[in-house]
Amino acid sequence: MSIKLTLSGLEPLYIRDDSNFINIGERTNVTGSKKFLRLIQSEDYEAALQIARDQVDSGAQIIDINMDEGMLDGKRAMVHFLRLIASEPDISKVPIMIDSSKWEILEAGLKNIQGKAIVNSISLKEGEEVFLAQAKKILRYGAAAVVMAFDENGQADNLERRIQICRRSYDLLVKTLNFPKSDIIFDVNIFPLATGMDEHRRNALDFFEATQWIKENLPGALVSGGVSNASFSFRGNNSVREAIHSVYLYHGIKYGMDMGIVNPEMLEIYDNIPADLLELVEDVVLNRRDDATERLIEYAEHVKGEAKVRKKDDEWRSWPLNKRIEHALVKGITEFTDEDTAEALEKIKSPLAVIEGPLMDGMNVVGDLFGSGKMFLPQVVKSARVMKKAVSYLTPYLEEEKKKNNIGKSSAKILVATVKGDVHDIGKNIVSVVLSCNGFEVIDLGVMVPLEKILEVAEQEQVDMIGVSGLITPSLDEMVHIAREMNRRNLKLPLLIGGATTSKTHTAVKIAPEYPKCIHILDASRSVPVVSRLAGEEQVQFLEETRKEYEIMRESFLSRSVQKEYLSIEVARKNKLKINFNALKPFKPKQMGVFELSATVSELRNYIDWTPYFQAWELHGKFPAILNDVLVGEAASKLYTETLEMLDVIEKDGIADLKAVIGLYRANTVDDDTIEIYDSTGKCINHFITLRQQVQKAAHLPNLSLADYIAPKESGIEDYVGCFAVTAGERIADFSRSFKAKGDDYNAIIVKALADRLAESLAEYLHEKVRKDFWGYASEENLVNDDLINEAYKGIRPAPGYPACPDHLEKLIIWELLDIKNRIGVELTESMAMYPIASVSGYYFGSEAARYFGVGKIKLDQIEDFAVRKKIDTEVAMKWLSPNFTG
Amino acid sequence: MNLTECAQNRILILDGAMGTMIQLHQLSEADFRSERFKDFHKSLKGNNDLLSVTQPDIIRNIHRAYLEAGADIIETNTFNANRISMIDYDMVDMVKEMNIASAHLALEAAAEYTALTPDKPRYVAGAIGPTNRTASISPKVSDPGFRNIDYDELALTYKEQATALIKTGVHALLVETIFDTLNAKAAFYGIMEAMDETGIRIPLMASGTITDKSGRTLSGQTTEAFMISLSHLPLFSIGLNCALGANEIIPYIEIMAEQSPFHISVYPNAGLPNAFGGYDETPEMMVGHLEPLITSGKINLIGGCCGTTPEHIKAIADFANNYQPRKIF
Repeated sequence: MSIKLTLSGLEPLYIRDDSNFINIGERTNVTGSKKFLRLIQSEDYEAALQIARDQVDSGAQIIDINMDEGMLDGKRAMVHFLRLIASEPDISKVPIMIDSSKWEILEAGLKNIQGKAIVNSISLKEGEEVFLAQAKKILRYGAAAVVMAFDENGQADNLERRIQICRRSYDLLVKTLNFPKSDIIFDVNIFPLATGMDEHRRNALDFFEATQWIKENLPGALVSGGVSNASFSFRGNNSVREAIHSVYLYHGIKYGMDMGIVNPEMLEIYDNIPADLLELVEDVVLNRRDDATERLIEYAEHVKGEAKVRKKDDEWRSWPLNKRIEHALVKGITEFTDEDTAEALEKIKSPLAVIEGPLMDGMNVVGDLFGSGKMFLPQVVKSARVMKKAVSYLTPYLEEEKKKNNIGKSSAKILVATVKGDVHDIGKNIVSVVLSCNGFEVIDLGVMVPLEKILEVAEQEQVDMIGVSGLITPSLDEMVHIAREMNRRNLKLPLLIGGATTSKTHTAVKIAPEYPKCIHILDASRSVPVVSRLAGEEQVQFLEETRKEYEIMRESFLSRSVQKEYLSIEVARKNKLKINFNALKPFKPKQMGVFELSATVSELRNYIDWTPYFQAWELHGKFPAILNDVLVGEAASKLYTETLEMLDVIEKDGIADLKAVIGLYRANTVDDDTIEIYDSTGKCINHFITLRQQVQKAAHLPNLSLADYIAPKESGIEDYVGCFAVTAGERIADFSRSFKAKGDDYNAIIVKALADRLAESLAEYLHEKVRKDFWGYASEENLVNDDLINEAYKGIRPAPGYPACPDHLEKLIIWELLDIKNRIGVELTESMAMYPIASVSGYYFGSEAARYFGVGKIKLDQIEDFAVRKKIDTEVAMKWLSPNFTG
Repeated sequence: MNLTECAQNRILILDGAMGTMIQLHQLSEADFRSERFKDFHKSLKGNNDLLSVTQPDIIRNIHRAYLEAGADIIETNTFNANRISMIDYDMVDMVKEMNIASAHLALEAAAEYTALTPDKPRYVAGAIGPTNRTASISPKVSDPGFRNIDYDELALTYKEQATALIKTGVHALLVETIFDTLNAKAAFYGIMEAMDETGIRIPLMASGTITDKSGRTLSGQTTEAFMISLSHLPLFSIGLNCALGANEIIPYIEIMAEQSPFHISVYPNAGLPNAFGGYDETPEMMVGHLEPLITSGKINLIGGCCGTTPEHIKAIADFANNYQPRKIF
């Protein structure tokens, strides 16, 4: 079946050869509807939209919009109404017919409709030049056009004139402009019937015959007409009018009429017209009797033109209240919002409970429908408007309730913004509506908000939390920046993350590490419970719970085997970090060889990193802030005091045997991954066998190995490497056990955890000594403890068994080189654990380029190669490296 | 052989993501600025279109990589090189220069490869993005009649961009990532004006974006409504790009292939974004998804959007090479 005409609103409209007659709604026309005119004049656009919606609901497939009224700024009204319709998917799903006698209004209309519309109308009234110029513009804007049978001499009022004008218009359009034939719709003038004047008796027949002629002679063109005009003489008598409309259409369609402007609510079904009335009307329409007009007028005077009851689908109004509220939210109907909200308030009493109950339940349904693709964005925005209307109804009651409850100010102030680079704000808008509905004060900064502005306003306005939103993926990075900046500025506010592209996983993995006080909010409906908890006394606890949850998510995420691509070890080696050792010349250590050292507790006190100490006690938070933490501050402070007392005892009684041994050697890399260690004569005395990252890296990122930080032998450049081991000694472990034996677990753990801290701080202290004195490459360095903890220094001290060198067997090499067991009494167990436990060992790399990294997963080829280099069986290598192996 | 003739002979390969390739360089603020804008009063990081001026080698090499991979048509680096998008960077005055510079880079790279493979001439499509404002949607929830942009301003903006691209010699214009059809209609209005004034006619391409599984554009239109809304234009091709991966985009492309009198184009993302906004689909996976579309002769132009790389384009080109394009009726 071929298509006669295609149009579109949000949805397509195909008018096919076998399509039924197309109804064009006419009630949104100020010239035809006094009610619509009054609404537009009084700017009651909401009610005006309702009229449009009613028409579509009752079957209009296109809606005609006309704002031609002397007292109206027609252009402004047209543009505004069209823009409002664009936000009403129930209406804008159908195509629009822009109806005006003024070109200026038609053109303004065309600039505000995204679909393919119909322009109603153009004609030869002002001559060919204007006609063609307007038609040309319509072509460029993209629309179909109604062409009136009207020329320089006026409106066509008989068959011949209709035919002549239509032929001329058609030829001009098709031949001069190549206007698509199927986009030409002729309106051959429906004039009033039964006017009592003889020259009007053929009005309908002339229309019908002209229609037929067009269909036969102007291929592709369609025919339309304003049907209500026909019954003009019977205004006030709806039964007769409806019958005339039906009869007119019934016959018009038979002659080939494709569409018409009708009021679908003013259309009787042809078969339901009483037989006597039908006969009288047909006599008039088809001009069958000389007295047809008189007879119909006589009939009309007898019949009470009872207005028909609106047959609109309002069955839902009889549903239970909650269902009605839900329906109105889903459908975006604001007509009964006040009424239903009042009823809910009456029933539930508390305005807040109305919001949190039936209204939020309804919004959740909206959220679910949206999530499953059954609603789309413009509809959700409409739902938000219903919500907003309900809330504004409740606002005075909310205020009253607040006064009654003596709540001076709103519970919390929230700043919301769509982040820089992102214009999507529908979800954010819903969140701000929902939050303000719930009594929170919302400051909405809009879209594309740079982080500087967000933080500046947050500070000025003293907000309690910040919510950022985004829909496109770069917004995720922007959110990470915001988090980082909040951390840098040392802010304490909760940061709420929302928007379609965000996820709990992303928040946990990428944002939380930058700023722990962040919470992902899945959708608008979850914003209220989250914000409420954050605004209340539970805040600290809630943030802490969330932080832990995210930490677990993060760990499990990072450890899960994501689909990654791996390189062969050969290819990975080709992509090693290529340091220019000529530019970054290795620094020759001031002293080389092996050295034994010791330290005292008092020397180490300032090197202790206390944060992990509290973590050992399951008290999470950064030191020293943790001491003032609302939730754990008291416990942490008490523990800290007692720990310091214990440290005093350990110091005074000399319980910690803080000993260390270090070695600094000449070294070079051979075969990419093996570091040769030389004695002072340059003889190779041992090897460090390193492992290399094999995962496919992003472009320009190297596959790292520790060996990359040492100059290759073939470069001829002398380089250096170091290694060390430290311990807090055996006696401190005994000291801990002595408490345990007495059943004093508390002090046993304090001592044990302190021993670990002392060993770690000794390693830190020693590393500083190496950098500044023994190796001496950083003799000018002047760092405070925080910098040390943050690893702000040059060079690294990675430990075997940790991510950069996961091979525990390397400890054997260090033990051999430094003779550790004999010098400081630390032994290696069969599983390569150090004993005493409070010990630390590792390498020193002095290069400025050296960074900590993780080797990550490696493939079998590297494990085999490693076994060969290490001179062990592949199975043994596999046993030690199995945590890193990926098949 | 011109573009239209080529399109009847074989499936034409479009290039892949520009943004994704730029991101790999991890450019700093200073890189974006280069010497010329080192003292500019606003942050320029993220202004990818400016890179055609400040880092031309990077852009040129991305073009080359796609041409090397087998792209018949490469897009200029001008997605946001328009007056409206440049307001944020306070770089409105740079619009013309950016477009000219970008067009030159792409044309030079294309000419280089046309010389290498004369039987496979390469073309340049001027990329025209949607701007960051929508003519059909109010940015204020409580004021649905409000607009922060209108048709006339959009049309003028696009006319300026199109004029610069056309005059520099691009072979086609591609209005892409259309999420509001009214924006696109205004774009084509401006483009038609630019073609009238320059007297140069080149093929026009339109590519919409179906945002999610509702099957609609951001402004609410179905695929069919979108096509009908642009049916007044003498298009060389119509199609879809972005937002969805190949697997999700295919049903909508099939609708287009059934109904459109124009050539059909598709350049999906490399899958749906993962939790980090990255794209995971490998070239092989993408080709796997696109296979039914290619083998059934429903497509004329095919390439990649966000997350796709020269490897993706090469895989698509190698596969599509063996099949016939869709015949247009």
